[in-house]
Amino acid sequence: MDMKTLSQQLQSINRHLAELDAVDDAMIRAIENGLPLCSRPYAQIADQLGIDEPEVLARLAALQQQGVIKRMGVVVRHRELGYRANAMLVWDVPDDRVGELGRCLSQYDFITLCYRRPRVMPDWPYNLFCMIHGKSREDVLQRIDWLIEQCHLESLPHHVLFSRRRFKQRGAVYRSDRKGDEPVIQDKRYAT
Amino acid sequence: MQLDQIDRQIINSLQEGFPITEQPYAEVAEQLSLSENELIARLERLLADRVLTRFGPMFQAEKLGGAFTLVAMSVREDDFERVAEIVNSFPEVAHNYEREHHFNMWFVVATDDPKRIDAVLTEIELDSGYSCYNMPKQDEYFVKLKLVV
Repeated sequence: MDMKTLSQQLQSINRHLAELDAVDDAMIRAIENGLPLCSRPYAQIADQLGIDEPEVLARLAALQQQGVIKRMGVVVRHRELGYRANAMLVWDVPDDRVGELGRCLSQYDFITLCYRRPRVMPDWPYNLFCMIHGKSREDVLQRIDWLIEQCHLESLPHHVLFSRRRFKQRGAVYRSDRKGDEPVIQDKRYAT
Repeated sequence: MQLDQIDRQIINSLQEGFPITEQPYAEVAEQLSLSENELIARLERLLADRVLTRFGPMFQAEKLGGAFTLVAMSVREDDFERVAEIVNSFPEVAHNYEREHHFNMWFVVATDDPKRIDAVLTEIELDSGYSCYNMPKQDEYFVKLKLVV
């Protein structure tokens, strides 16, 4: 992304941010590409921003509580950790059962995303999407059989779309003009 | 790279979350029976070796004002590279995967302004000559986001 586009995007994003104040904004900018690896990382961020450590702790806790920050922690590279089979698993679920099945599917660790999306008829009848990361194709297919049994999905049409090639993977950067090393928003784990 | 048991414990533990306290590394290290320095050194190495993409916060995109959608296309096999190049050239396209299906190209469009999604899809359709099937998220079910390694 060139600097002009990025800068326009940032300006526009900033306009949406009326509810987060300038300090939150600066703090997000300071940490979005990673937390400092030192004994008191939040104190270091505080120094950088010219505020004190308790304020950083309180603001981060508040952002986490509001759901602006979904989670603090690591983002793994699935492929490098042996999760080589990446499948999008889609279901055609009666509209009044989508919530129930979405909740059932999403309780299993190997389901990394679970979304309801619109059908696009007549070509695409599926309305519940989840991602499965497995160590092999067989592993993924076995897990799907197990899901069908556990969530009683025997009667529902489904399809498994394994990924063949990854053409592009980058995460969005919200505040920073430093291009991170594939910064990823966890929400968007369409990733491998 | 080879991961040992301690690396695995660290990765598994830090997919669950990281404390927002004065000395968070010390806290996590203690739970894992490591020293604070060892935990930090191992994290540095896992990041340097690119086992980890990142260590820090994951944001809820919509709460920062952005919009995302998933788009499918059915592209002729011998035309795939050309179309992939067009799709990838849009800075708004965050991921693009080839998948085994009649709909064989799947990509995510992320824009700062929700209204921009339609404009991007129209441009992609015009440039590529293929239809975009737009499948925005309607509901999201909570997932644990953890892969045991």
